Amino acid sequence: MAARRPSSRRLSELALTESLTGWAVAHARCLLESLGRLSRRWIASALTVLVIGIALALPSGLFVVVKNMDRLAGQWHQSVQISVYLDNDASPETGQRLTDDLADEPRIESTRFISADEGLAEFKKASGFGAALDALGDNPLPGVIQVTPRATLAPAAVSELVEALGQRDSVAKASLDEAWLRRLSAILDLISQASWVIGLLLSAAVVFIVGNTIRLDIENRRQEIEVMKLLGATDAFIRRPFLYSGMWYGLLGALVALIVLGVCRIALGGSLATLVSSYNGAFAITGLGLNGVFWLIAAGLFLGWVGCAITVNRELAAIEPR
Amino acid sequence: MNNIVAFDNVVKRYPGGKLALDRVSLALARGEMAFLTGHSGAGKSTLMKLIGLIERPTRGRVVINGTDLARVSKGQVPRYRQRVGLIFQNYNLLFDRTVFDNVALPLVIRGQAHRDITRRVRAALDTVGLLSHEKKFPITLSGGEQQRVGIARAVVARPHLLLADEPTGNLDPQLSADIMRLFTRLNETGTSIMIATHDIDLVEGLRYRRIILDHGHLEQA
Repeated sequence: MAARRPSSRRLSELALTESLTGWAVAHARCLLESLGRLSRRWIASALTVLVIGIALALPSGLFVVVKNMDRLAGQWHQSVQISVYLDNDASPETGQRLTDDLADEPRIESTRFISADEGLAEFKKASGFGAALDALGDNPLPGVIQVTPRATLAPAAVSELVEALGQRDSVAKASLDEAWLRRLSAILDLISQASWVIGLLLSAAVVFIVGNTIRLDIENRRQEIEVMKLLGATDAFIRRPFLYSGMWYGLLGALVALIVLGVCRIALGGSLATLVSSYNGAFAITGLGLNGVFWLIAAGLFLGWVGCAITVNRELAAIEPR
Repeated sequence: MNNIVAFDNVVKRYPGGKLALDRVSLALARGEMAFLTGHSGAGKSTLMKLIGLIERPTRGRVVINGTDLARVSKGQVPRYRQRVGLIFQNYNLLFDRTVFDNVALPLVIRGQAHRDITRRVRAALDTVGLLSHEKKFPITLSGGEQQRVGIARAVVARPHLLLADEPTGNLDPQLSADIMRLFTRLNETGTSIMIATHDIDLVEGLRYRRIILDHGHLEQA
């Protein structure tokens, strides 16, 4: 008989396994029970989830926009042009010759010569200062060669090319038309930072929404909580289903945010398709990506948990059986 | 250690000055069943609350099953309460759960394994004669049946002490007598029981000791 009795070590292992299983079962039970609680008051829960979803969708949407604009700006960098301004006394023939010479350069895709006269005519048409310019007598504009560098050129190589063009005879100055690009990139930085600020503010909003919902939930269950305390339930035991509720709110909110983003993508589909097709396949819109989806869901779970955790302790402490 | 409940010169004065218990000393022997009687406001509920650690005494010592309650910290209260079975006048059942789940609650709170829970809940429901009602919701039961669910919940975790505060307060004499017979049976299996009641007629014919409170003072019958 004695030989068949398990050793004490084996017994303690059994006890540990049993208590671990019990712990896992208790958590699984809470997970489902809290979902059941949400579904029993599904209209209120759905509204909460919807609000959380919209709050999460806004910063995520901005993030996607910034990500795409960044890539688009990268494309624009490659379609940048160099303006080569000629000396004022350079003749149109010199300009044309230089233009043809430059067109043979391996680093250059194409060139276009705009003589001083053509430039003046264009400017008159565009500005409406026709009469005033006539009064000037002399043409104040220099001849200009527009140079398009090869798309494969790195930004540093483009800068070198600009430098080299500036050193040529009859050339007064060569400059890159990238001021607007720098502005665009500054605007993108601003939007990107703004999306962080908006994200933080809306995250706080999610925390408060979940906190308030849980507070109402606790208020509705005051009698139940009192009974559980009388039966010897620890605060951790009472807290657990509420924490799971908070995480369900966050998770479902994140899923709603994904749906909202998907709907936006479909709603904007027409104009996006036009934009993309103008790039002849060189550019495609990207979504959140798997990484983004993972982080959105993680953020939802975390914010739901935080919103609940900061509420539940204070509220539960206030409920004591009388 | 032979007494499950021991009060030694216990004074309870509520904030605001009301003296609820005045130098009360009493004892309940292990395995004994006793009635706590007195007019309403005599201090019965306060005495019960001191045992359940819902209130703390102003002065004096309360020792339950060898544990001086002054040494039970706030964090240890849940563990302490798990060893005391409480029965209430208004039953305090949870109406969104079945009879089975209500009775199982103390075991779930203690983190017992699932198959143990099923076995012990069935046993407790069998004791109170409600085994066939386990899937029903409390709202569909009569008052007497609801109180029997409350009793099953109090005994399911095999507490060493059962406390009942006006358990028959909402029941008619016939049902009250049934509940008392149930307590008698539980006592015969060795459970120590203290029952607070102002229903003198109910206690009159029974052979159990009576502890009488009058304006916070103890009168030995």
